[in-house]
Amino acid sequence: MSFRIVVLAKQVPDTRNVGKDAMKADGTVNRAALPAIFNPEDLNALEMALRVKDQIDGAEVIIVTMGPPRAADIIRESMYRGADSGILITDRRFAGSDTLATSYAISMAVRKLFPVNLVIAGRQAIDGDTAQVGPQVAEKLNFPQVTYAESIEAVDTNAITIKRRLERGIEVVKMPYPSVITVHGSAAPCRARNAKRLLKFKKARTLTELQEESMDYGDLFENRPYLRIQEWSVEDIEANTEYLGLGGSPTKVKKIENVVFTAKESLVMEGNDEELNHLMKNLIDTHIIG
Amino acid sequence: MNNVFVYCELTEENSVAEVSIELCSKGRKLANDLGVKLEAVLIGNMSEEIASQLSPLGVDVLHLAQDKRFSPYTTMPHAAIVCGIFRKEQPEIALFGATSVGRDLAPRVASELRCGLTADCTSLEIGNHTEAKTGKEYTNLLYQIRPAFGGNIIATIINPDTRPQMATVREGVMKKEMVSNNYNIEVKKVDAEQFLNPAHFAVEIIERHIEAQKINIKNSNIIVAGGYGVGSRENFKLLFELADALGGEVGASRAAVDAGYVEHERQIGQTGVTVRPKLYIACGISGAVQHRAGMAESATIISINNDPNAPINNIADYVINGEVQDVIPKMIKYYRSNSK
Repeated sequence: MSFRIVVLAKQVPDTRNVGKDAMKADGTVNRAALPAIFNPEDLNALEMALRVKDQIDGAEVIIVTMGPPRAADIIRESMYRGADSGILITDRRFAGSDTLATSYAISMAVRKLFPVNLVIAGRQAIDGDTAQVGPQVAEKLNFPQVTYAESIEAVDTNAITIKRRLERGIEVVKMPYPSVITVHGSAAPCRARNAKRLLKFKKARTLTELQEESMDYGDLFENRPYLRIQEWSVEDIEANTEYLGLGGSPTKVKKIENVVFTAKESLVMEGNDEELNHLMKNLIDTHIIG
Repeated sequence: MNNVFVYCELTEENSVAEVSIELCSKGRKLANDLGVKLEAVLIGNMSEEIASQLSPLGVDVLHLAQDKRFSPYTTMPHAAIVCGIFRKEQPEIALFGATSVGRDLAPRVASELRCGLTADCTSLEIGNHTEAKTGKEYTNLLYQIRPAFGGNIIATIINPDTRPQMATVREGVMKKEMVSNNYNIEVKKVDAEQFLNPAHFAVEIIERHIEAQKINIKNSNIIVAGGYGVGSRENFKLLFELADALGGEVGASRAAVDAGYVEHERQIGQTGVTVRPKLYIACGISGAVQHRAGMAESATIISINNDPNAPINNIADYVINGEVQDVIPKMIKYYRSNSK
């Protein structure tokens, strides 16, 4: 019995370490200038997918990511942790896509993988924090969705029961397949790399990477086809270019402003007793406190 | 020009959620700027009486889809009904709360209607736009303004060609404002069945435990907020002591919440709540723009930080260069001695 789980993951710039050249003149992100990491909630999503796989015989986990060639890094990382294979959607014509154009491209890739039982993604990516791509992929596939998933309460080949983490509590929902789940950061962290898998998939490469490394892998892919990370272009996913990239994105960046401090004149103190005594007295006298 | 729409959420107690009330207030202003009407959409199991909660905000039309299957919220029926209404009414602008409901629903709707959506806006304005390449002029667009990308920038996003122009906004960002106690609201009952099929009810709610809002820092006059620099959950106790002494609440930056120092409900900033207290005491908070977006309108700001160059110091009225653990006990001590 086959049971196919697609995990949507994104390689993101580490927004905790943003430098000055992070933005390009056209207002899009200059990803090349930033350290790239596995989007944190996508790791939670991968773990949830692996837990489903653990419980369903014959289930497979396929990582799908959209990005530049170097995004193959997160596919390898997923393989080390338990994913069976990965697909990199990469094409210059995807550049500048907003969430709608991105979800269109991803949904077209998922369609190529049909029959798919489950699509699992992180709730949101730290570079945009929009949480839009998951639900939009669900809509494009006409699948039901459950967002903010925290844990699997039960799973079999007919349905999955999920606990959701909401603002002030939890909700447990049961959903049939095929469907989409987005996973909250409060879900179980992703399992570590497995030493055997690390050895097995260390040489997993996209064709582009092989060519760039100019290494003679001989008939590597022929003998060990699992090492091939597929690269899919616009043509491979049979996407309509009208719906892709900047042109296919209804949202446009009108303006980017650097944050300008409207500096107030501050009273600077060292925090000694006299100063703080005076400050607290002043706050009381002016009825700010008390 | 067509009208401004607000998707309204219901609380567990079946009243209109605070975030939706705030959005109606903002929607009223946008509608005034555009010279159009403000319309609200409410989907759930409630009576027509609920219109009285919306009319004082200046809502002209309420689209009400009532059925016991619509409460609690599930994605597909709400999305189908909202899309159905929007297809018919062709809103100019549609606003949603940036809550677990709005952030689940709005992208699904935007995808189905193929229109642009901007998440977590911190400001919404009406303005014009000239397309640089073609010279095409657009008037009266919705500027969807939000910090982006690690908070180093503020982005203004527009949707020149698609309608509705959609945005989500967090609770507390917009101000609740009453227009009139006897504003005339027209209630339109929605025949929801025309938009629905059995597949929309595929997701079944088995269990729900939602607590009433316990922590409400938004309405507090005094907020003692801690950042990652506070260092630990243990050290946060000092902040609670100061807040208790002053009669305030404790808030936190995202970094402090992510580090597990305090509950998420205390998070202030773009992805938390927005506060405008009389006094904001920022302890060990560096002040990324996402955080400042949620507190910069505080009347008086005190920053306690061991880094004299922390960005938050630029918007502080009082900067105390020191360790949080040293300064706070002294503040408590001198507050007590001076207030007697």
